[in-house]
Amino acid sequence: MAERAVFSVRRLGHTTSDIVIRLGYAVRFIVLTLLHSGTSFRRFGLIIRELYYTGVQSLIIILVSGLFVGMVLGFQGYHTLQTYGSESALGVLVALSLVRELGPVVAGLLFASRAGSAITAEIGLMKATEQLSAMEMMAVDPISRVVAPRFWAGFISMPLLAAMFSAMGIFGGYLVGVVLIGVDEGSFWSQMQSAVDFREDIVNGVIKSVVFGFAVTWIALFQGYDAPPTAEGVSGATTRTVVTSSLAILGLDFLLTSLMFRGI
Amino acid sequence: MQRSTLDLWVGLFVCAGIGALVILALKVGNTSGFSAAATYQISANFDNIGGLKPRAPVKSSGVVVGRVTEATFDDTKFVAKVTMTIDQRYKFPKDTTASILTAGLLGEQYIGLVAGGDPANLAQGDTLKLTQSAVVLENLISQFLYSKAAEGDSKK
Amino acid sequence: MATDNLIEISNVDYWYDKRRAILSGIDMVIPRGKVVAIMGISGSGKTTLLRLIGGVMKARKGEVKVDGKLVNKLDSAGIYEMRRRMGMLFQFGALFTDLSVFDNVAFQMREHSNLTERMIRDLVFMKLHAVGLRGAHRLMPSELSGGMARRVALARAIALDPMLMLYDEPFTGLDPISLGVIRNLIRRLNDALGATSIVVTHDVQEALDLVDYVYYLSDGKMVAQGTPEEMRAMKEPLVHQFVYGEADGPVPFQYPSKQYAEDLKLGARHHG
Repeated sequence: MAERAVFSVRRLGHTTSDIVIRLGYAVRFIVLTLLHSGTSFRRFGLIIRELYYTGVQSLIIILVSGLFVGMVLGFQGYHTLQTYGSESALGVLVALSLVRELGPVVAGLLFASRAGSAITAEIGLMKATEQLSAMEMMAVDPISRVVAPRFWAGFISMPLLAAMFSAMGIFGGYLVGVVLIGVDEGSFWSQMQSAVDFREDIVNGVIKSVVFGFAVTWIALFQGYDAPPTAEGVSGATTRTVVTSSLAILGLDFLLTSLMFRGI
Repeated sequence: MQRSTLDLWVGLFVCAGIGALVILALKVGNTSGFSAAATYQISANFDNIGGLKPRAPVKSSGVVVGRVTEATFDDTKFVAKVTMTIDQRYKFPKDTTASILTAGLLGEQYIGLVAGGDPANLAQGDTLKLTQSAVVLENLISQFLYSKAAEGDSKK
Repeated sequence: MATDNLIEISNVDYWYDKRRAILSGIDMVIPRGKVVAIMGISGSGKTTLLRLIGGVMKARKGEVKVDGKLVNKLDSAGIYEMRRRMGMLFQFGALFTDLSVFDNVAFQMREHSNLTERMIRDLVFMKLHAVGLRGAHRLMPSELSGGMARRVALARAIALDPMLMLYDEPFTGLDPISLGVIRNLIRRLNDALGATSIVVTHDVQEALDLVDYVYYLSDGKMVAQGTPEEMRAMKEPLVHQFVYGEADGPVPFQYPSKQYAEDLKLGARHHG
């Protein structure tokens, strides 16, 4: 019995120290990536290529989801606001929920499952097929040649995607609210404009999306780079990327929201 | 894929993203114009500020001329001290009245400024002498009830 | 004498876990211009030895000298410097899947030299011609057969005319024709480039036909060495079993286990 207890305590200790070690490795990894980013900026073509794969290829899902989320917000918001006779505040409701929360968060979640998983799978496969080792044997650092361009591409495209998501969502809300239901167009836009503040709402939303972009890309790259070089290893890492980055987005969102909107 | 088509797509993507940001900034939000412009600060003491919040607008004749910076409690005079930032473009006489008003019946609260006749203008750090506190709905209702009761007494 | 040996390895140990050595007390010299095989069964430490030479891992004890430089004392910049003069062919080619055949071969030239695109183009075609795949320069790696991929990888490995070529299991999974092609290419390129080659493999017949000298590793120790003829004639049981592919011998057929009878519960009666 005592032996069992010692065993489980020891295992707990091992698990904990494993987690801490991995975290330390992940931090060292991102620091190395940032330090070795020189090549990607000297040869911007590398980043452009990755921008195509992470950014452009995520466009469809982001735009379509943005439109639908906005349209649903339009319907739901109208029904709720109607009860208080303040349908004219529909624009405010749609815009604020998108710009502050849904834009960065939902776009981040979609980005994690579309681009993040692709990044992990790609890098994991490059590792499993010894492409990274081959690169190293050719005296080319995989961190600066493979990891850093993908990092910056993710970092750049996430805020742009989140902004497009929000803009598309507001358009969706406009379609449902103004075109379909017939809320007054003037009050829709003017109330929105008077309630949404550039610095408090829009800039904070952009800051959120930048943070999410950093986190998702970091997690995706690290999971790929650290994946066991087998088929199961890569598929497991891809799943972990989606799960970990989704949790990271939601956790960070809570943290950032409580920091940003404390005074209001 | 051909290099130039790749560049084209990425270029379009970045333009669309920046375009979305610009739309959000200009069409959806208000840049309020005060954050960068020159401002001066004044303060006013109120017995009761009701639900006034920092960043609430300061209006004069319905035009937004500034914003509330903060509201603190002055424990020597036992009143609320409200500091506000006013756009440098707008000048107000020293004897301006500040009152806390409500937009609509249940709307947000704001400060309304009504200019007086003093030739000297307010400057940075001045305090408004004439203020009118927030209307508290409960007080209003009880006043109404008292006056109704008084009416009823006199009729008898 | 020292200038004649491109690689000198003396008394090298390597381990992940101190109780279980991967390599112990390895001594090896590889003269310039030769093709040398490192042979042994799976798990005998031959790939590890190759990695020590390439500077991927550092020897825990002893010295690994490549071209007079101590690999285990080099910093990462020094190792990268050294690797520019090394070419390595990986087991399955390890071509960059997102680049075309042409770009794969051009990769190192673009990374490490300031050559113009015109010159790179000429060089790439020369390298591809050497492996007989000039016509395939537009294809993507996914469109190549296993043998073709290996040849492209070979063209990529010789892109910068290395002084040392490392081959990690170059014959694995190839059909007999591709296998012959690769074998001839290894020899031809070695002699044409004036390079030195190390082939890690367990394909005995191919290797014995190809190389000048063989080192035989077993369980992390260098147990035999000699020319291919000497290896074929060797009486050492480990080598004999390996060269002639016998199922049982010093390397047992059975994984270490309990007595057969005991596993079948035949002995139970006596204990009961």
